[in-house]
Amino acid sequence: MVTWVAALDRKLLRDLRHLGPQAMAIALVMGAGIAMFVMSLFALQSLTQSRQDYYRAYRFGEIFATAKRVPNSVIPQIQEVPGVSAVSTRIVAAASLDLPDFAEPITARMISLPNYQPPLLNDVYLVEGRALEPGHSNELIASQSFMEAHRLSVGDSLKAVINGKQQVMKIVGVGLSPEYVIQIQPGALLPDYKRFGIFWMSERQMAAAFDMDGAFNDVSVTMEKGVQQQAVIDRLDQILERYGCTGAYGRDRQTSHVFLSDEIKQLKTMAIVAPAIFLAVAAFLMHVVIGRIVGLQREQIAALKAFGYSDLEIAWHYLKLVLAVSLVASILGILLGIAMGRGMTQMYAQVYQFPVYEAGVDWRTAVAGFLISALTSSLAASRAIRSVVRLPPAEAMRPEPPASFRPSLLERLGLGVWLPQIFRMILRQLQRKKMKAATAILGIAMSLAVMIVGSFSLDALRYIMKFQFSLAQRQTLAVSFIEDQNAAAIDELRHQAGVVSLQSFRSVAMELKAGHRSRRVGVMGLGGEIDLYRLLNVEEQPVDVPHDGIVLSDKLAQLLEVDPGDALEAKMLGGRRRSGMLVVSAVVTEFGGLNAYMSPASMAEFTGDQRLYSGAFLDVDNLELATLYRQLKEMPTVAGVTIKGAAVRSFEENFAENILTMRTFNVLFSIIIAVGVVYNNARISLSEQSRDLATMRVMGFSRGEVASILLGELGILTVLAIPVGWLLGYGLAGLFVLGLDTEVYRIPLVIDRSTYWVATLVVLVASLLSGLVVLGRLSRLDLVAVLKTRE
Amino acid sequence: MAETSRDSVFRVEGVTKTYVMGEVEVHALRGVDLELYAGEFVVLLGPSGSGKSTLLNIIGGLDNVSSGRVFYGQQEMTSWNASQLTRYRRQHVGFVFQFYNLIPSLTARENVALVTEIAPQPLEPDEALALVNLENRMDHFPAQMSGGEQQRVAIARAIAKRPEVLLCDEPTGALDLRTGVIVLNAIARVNRELGTTTAVITHNEVIGQMADRVVRLADGQIQSVEHNPHRCSPDELKW
Repeated sequence: MVTWVAALDRKLLRDLRHLGPQAMAIALVMGAGIAMFVMSLFALQSLTQSRQDYYRAYRFGEIFATAKRVPNSVIPQIQEVPGVSAVSTRIVAAASLDLPDFAEPITARMISLPNYQPPLLNDVYLVEGRALEPGHSNELIASQSFMEAHRLSVGDSLKAVINGKQQVMKIVGVGLSPEYVIQIQPGALLPDYKRFGIFWMSERQMAAAFDMDGAFNDVSVTMEKGVQQQAVIDRLDQILERYGCTGAYGRDRQTSHVFLSDEIKQLKTMAIVAPAIFLAVAAFLMHVVIGRIVGLQREQIAALKAFGYSDLEIAWHYLKLVLAVSLVASILGILLGIAMGRGMTQMYAQVYQFPVYEAGVDWRTAVAGFLISALTSSLAASRAIRSVVRLPPAEAMRPEPPASFRPSLLERLGLGVWLPQIFRMILRQLQRKKMKAATAILGIAMSLAVMIVGSFSLDALRYIMKFQFSLAQRQTLAVSFIEDQNAAAIDELRHQAGVVSLQSFRSVAMELKAGHRSRRVGVMGLGGEIDLYRLLNVEEQPVDVPHDGIVLSDKLAQLLEVDPGDALEAKMLGGRRRSGMLVVSAVVTEFGGLNAYMSPASMAEFTGDQRLYSGAFLDVDNLELATLYRQLKEMPTVAGVTIKGAAVRSFEENFAENILTMRTFNVLFSIIIAVGVVYNNARISLSEQSRDLATMRVMGFSRGEVASILLGELGILTVLAIPVGWLLGYGLAGLFVLGLDTEVYRIPLVIDRSTYWVATLVVLVASLLSGLVVLGRLSRLDLVAVLKTRE
Repeated sequence: MAETSRDSVFRVEGVTKTYVMGEVEVHALRGVDLELYAGEFVVLLGPSGSGKSTLLNIIGGLDNVSSGRVFYGQQEMTSWNASQLTRYRRQHVGFVFQFYNLIPSLTARENVALVTEIAPQPLEPDEALALVNLENRMDHFPAQMSGGEQQRVAIARAIAKRPEVLLCDEPTGALDLRTGVIVLNAIARVNRELGTTTAVITHNEVIGQMADRVVRLADGQIQSVEHNPHRCSPDELKW
């Protein structure tokens, strides 16, 4: 009994060795799926775990509110709000920085820390250096990404213009905060570590600098378990309304948290979708290959049955073959997945900053990897194994009945006259094995789709950059004021060095309401005469801001469910807190945030103020740029400068490389699929048709002519797969876009033609190479032996 | 004596063939000399393992010799490379196999057309099929035909290129008596009407009666060559 089993297992090992490259190709595709699964879960776990630990240990707030100036006497009222568990107040203000070797102005967000003790909420993790100490003034703690971007070290000093006054500040520590896991300037699409930094200063010094003694302008609270967030937000709004609060909000609107949540959401999708694609392809391949093996081994199976092996033993024998492949796949996949997960976590660490990155793979993920691949393989083989069980021994001893064929569709349409015999053979072969052909087409199409989806994010981001920074925004830089200024400040800007033209703007926080749907957004009053900052529609055509009414960004219009012509209820969240009805005059395309626009005149009319300005867009002569930067740094009214070109450069520096790395992996994986599908398909076709091909060789067909039958079949499959792959790629990219559609940003479904062609080329080359490898076997066909055997 | 005056199509001189099967050296041919003449019908008789298939494969350009020389007309085949051999098979040789080896995805006519499309001066496929009395089965696929019909398609396919030589390896081996006779009739007719030099391998002594010459092989050597003054028609053969 024991020796019996051993003999059968020896057969198993030899079958495996015989299958060699085919089994390996399947194992690679399946392994890629498992690797994607393990990688996504690895990254997902490290991201969620790191976030959870960080938020808890450093007491990240749950509701946030900003106001103009709130006396400390209000704090008890906030503490008494039902459901509030902790309240932490502070002073947050913008300042500008000047670094000796860095011409461009830097926007700093200054945050106060309670006098020499940790804050109740939103604590700072000290990476390096020391905390702020009593008895030392002009000290600050700087955010790590800023320090790294400028290669600064603890002990360095920098010049800061704080509320119009220049001060030299000494960096004593490097910090991280759960509020800024991704450090991104409000309103920006992407982080820019060089031109935006977070800094913590002592409350005493901040209060003095910003005239905030006994007051605060920023509050964070946490809630007791099970409390309705909206109730607390509403209550906070009531309390803070009279102090110029523009509206409290939860973590769901907190920039860093939202970015992180989107990433996690994306990883969750990736953990399901990507492995599903690869496993489906691997299952198709497994199904076809095991079906062929069982077909070829009919007589062996019959003999085994005749010897007295039970159906179950034989089924188990073939299942083991499949499981062996899946075992190799899961080991490969898990190892590769862990390595890729590490790489991905390292990439994350550049963007998302945590004190400690919890990186490690959960053993349950590995077990799941094994189970998933075993299950996929078993399912894929189930049909073939069922046929093994059903095969009666006597019938199995007879050869398979001759394959029956019929004229292909093309011929039945009357086009047959024009087809050479070889082409007929190919068409009829494909038609007879429709499922095999269909799955091969789908498989090759998948490989194309994987590559298109992998590459398209770069196309989309580049499109956003083009749309945003060259079509819509034509300014060199944008200047924002500390608080709204009158026309004199704009005039002063206009007369600075190198300013060619200027477009002023005013920003007013408003709540826009349509029915029960509402959003709090910054409404921008855009100066009309010069259009440096243009609003564009989907066709990239400029949209004018009409004298009356309000223009909404598309996402905002979608969320409020309004169309041009509909009326909105608008309420100012600051200033005179006026409210009124506004008619939506147009909807414009934007990829980041929720924005609304009005003409300066109707803005002034609505707010009831005289003309005020929050800042301006400047078109600047490049030669004068350095001078202008110097002048801007010294203007007390200027809170921040956003340089357009810098955003583009920062994107290339920080993101393009990561995206390229991902893209390389995608190319690799898509090659694995293409090779796996084409190679296996060619091997099976060769096995099915080797007798025909050898006969043709004997009849005097050259090696090339015979090869053209196999290559022709692969060629037809590949050519048919290409449009399917384009469509699939487009569809998957569309799903991807839907998954990424959030209030913070959107990705347009833009796929460059070159992406399609490059993907197509890669798949064609992969197909051709795998076809050629199989052709190598064709030349080793034993012509004489083939003629001596029955089919 | 008559042979010397006729044109020799093949001349086999001292051919040996040794191949390794697993770890055993098999001496398939041990010094064979033979000539085949234009238009004659030769039957190669011998038990399995006698070397007759090896000899046929060498003449057909499917296999190489270990030593010795083979001439096709004036040309030495044994010096040809693979593509020359392919061209030779393509233009000059028709093969008929024991298991027919039709392409299952092509109809009878198309199986013949497969060859006529690449041959320089072929018969029309319909004409070739008519020679084997299959004009009514031309649009059938192999799976729709009997073994005998399939073998006749194979003969039509082999002769459609107007080969100089028709090589048949156990053409009736897989057929019953009655069908075998039909197939042999087809081969004989081709030999007679087209004048194609024909070599048939068989281990069936009776078939020798329809040949001009019977060559007996055993153990890799030619045992005897017999002339047959009265060729029988296949219908007269008695099994």
